Amino acid sequence: MAEFETATQLVAAATKTREAGYVDVDAYSPIPIEELHHAIGFPHTKLPLMVLIGGLLGGMGGFSLEYWVSAVAYPLNIGGKPLVSWPMFIPVTFECTILAASLTAVFGMLMLNKLPMPYHPVFNVPRFAMASRNRFFLCIEATDRQFDLDRTREFLTSLDGAHEVTAVAN
Amino acid sequence: MALRETAEQIFPELAQKQRTFLLAGAAGLVLSAVGYTMNPEQFFSSYLLAYMLVLGLTLGALGFVMIHQLSGGAWGVVARQSLGAASRVMPVVTLLFIPIAIGMPHLYEWTHADVVNADPILRGKAAYLNTSFFLVRAAIYFIVWNGLVFLLNKWSKEQDETGNLELPLRMQRVSAGGLLLHVLCVSFAAFDWVMSRDPHWFSTIYGALVLVGQGLVAMAFQIIVLAWLARRKPMSEALTPVYLGDLAGLMFAMVVLWAYMSFSQYLIIWSGNLPEEIMWYLHREQPGWIPLAIVLVVFHFAAPFFLLLMRGIKRNPSLVTKVAMLVIVARVIDLFWLIAPETHHEGFVLSWMDLVLPAAMFALWVGLYFQQLRQRPLLPLNDPQFEEALGPAFAHADHGTAH
Repeated sequence: MAEFETATQLVAAATKTREAGYVDVDAYSPIPIEELHHAIGFPHTKLPLMVLIGGLLGGMGGFSLEYWVSAVAYPLNIGGKPLVSWPMFIPVTFECTILAASLTAVFGMLMLNKLPMPYHPVFNVPRFAMASRNRFFLCIEATDRQFDLDRTREFLTSLDGAHEVTAVAN
Repeated sequence: MALRETAEQIFPELAQKQRTFLLAGAAGLVLSAVGYTMNPEQFFSSYLLAYMLVLGLTLGALGFVMIHQLSGGAWGVVARQSLGAASRVMPVVTLLFIPIAIGMPHLYEWTHADVVNADPILRGKAAYLNTSFFLVRAAIYFIVWNGLVFLLNKWSKEQDETGNLELPLRMQRVSAGGLLLHVLCVSFAAFDWVMSRDPHWFSTIYGALVLVGQGLVAMAFQIIVLAWLARRKPMSEALTPVYLGDLAGLMFAMVVLWAYMSFSQYLIIWSGNLPEEIMWYLHREQPGWIPLAIVLVVFHFAAPFFLLLMRGIKRNPSLVTKVAMLVIVARVIDLFWLIAPETHHEGFVLSWMDLVLPAAMFALWVGLYFQQLRQRPLLPLNDPQFEEALGPAFAHADHGTAH
């Protein structure tokens, strides 16, 4: 794992790492960096699709609930309107779509990124606490096909702006 | 770097395009003058439709200029010169109102004394809906709009030239009050010019609906033009996929807001089911109008909504341009839906003037817009937000005098 002082250095380093063929790479930054996910070659997640499906299911659920309540369970004549007055169902359908979609987004995100994570090997590096303040970290995981303790350390040291290159014990 | 060059220098072909559009517009207007002699009723109905379209392109731009002054944001730094050019068509748009003032007896039944006298409801509304007060109100709207356009564009030009740091503050202050006045003026203009075509009917959200429609058509037009301008420097550097996505996001927001307000209006009137409110929708249930409503739901809401959900489309200039074109066509159809059924209570009628007049007026407006666009640089000089928004793209450029 290498430490950087600026976001620009981290993005440049991440790009070089990806170009060098490393795949199992992770970057840590105290602030969101727009270009970073592209630089480390972060794959597209399934989250948007999950949110879309969640929203559609929520919408259908909301509409079915309204339909069941007003046409099956409690059929009441209100102002001479038909039992299935769909315009009246739209607000609930809409709200349920939003509710289900946002819940899917939050819990889907937690499921995919496996947070909260009480332990991770990088915590063993004392300076890593700086990742939530003003330092930027790039980590090449030992599970990577190209990983070789000495050569990877050499590679990280060669990156622009890298200092404090450390091997992280599992 | 081409930052200080005017659009004229970067795009010399704009002059030719301007001439073509102005000629096409003038030809269309002359052609529709024939329609006036044949059927003045239809002529003024179509003219109002065309007028509301170009009014929206102008005032929507003015609205976004003021929103950007207050909210900031890189999208506005990229778009503000073009938005300003669109707003500067306002003086001509003011003149184009004259035919509506002349055609009032054909457009508004409340201008006829005998109709008003025979109708207790219209008698009650006569204190507001009468010819002289209508014209006074129109004059107030135009004074406010032209005043805001004049001040903001004058200071924007001064900022380009001097970089005086007083100017952004002054523009912000005027925009804060101006936006409030603008919303009131657009809202009341919508009540006066369009809603009062059915003088018995009222809907308080109507003004906001027209306002959002103006924002939508203006943003769609800006996206098309900016994507085209991004063929050359400096716009090619400035209009990054992210900023284009931001502009498309604003267009998306307007699409959703329009759908939300249109549906709210319908839901409230439908559930209240009161005779004086439902008339407006009953006129639109006459043969042929219902399919138009479905076209609106599909092409003014569903299609742009799902297309603009996708980031890949929002950030792709050629794809988002196609969506923006669809949105402009949908806007014309929506204005047609607001205006035409009041002329044809008997059922769906599409006159050739409903096609020729909006097309001609649009062409005329685009010509005038190009004329304004050519005169200034494509990106603001000395904008305090420039560095933050576009700094990386123009790291080595000299952009302004005040450094």
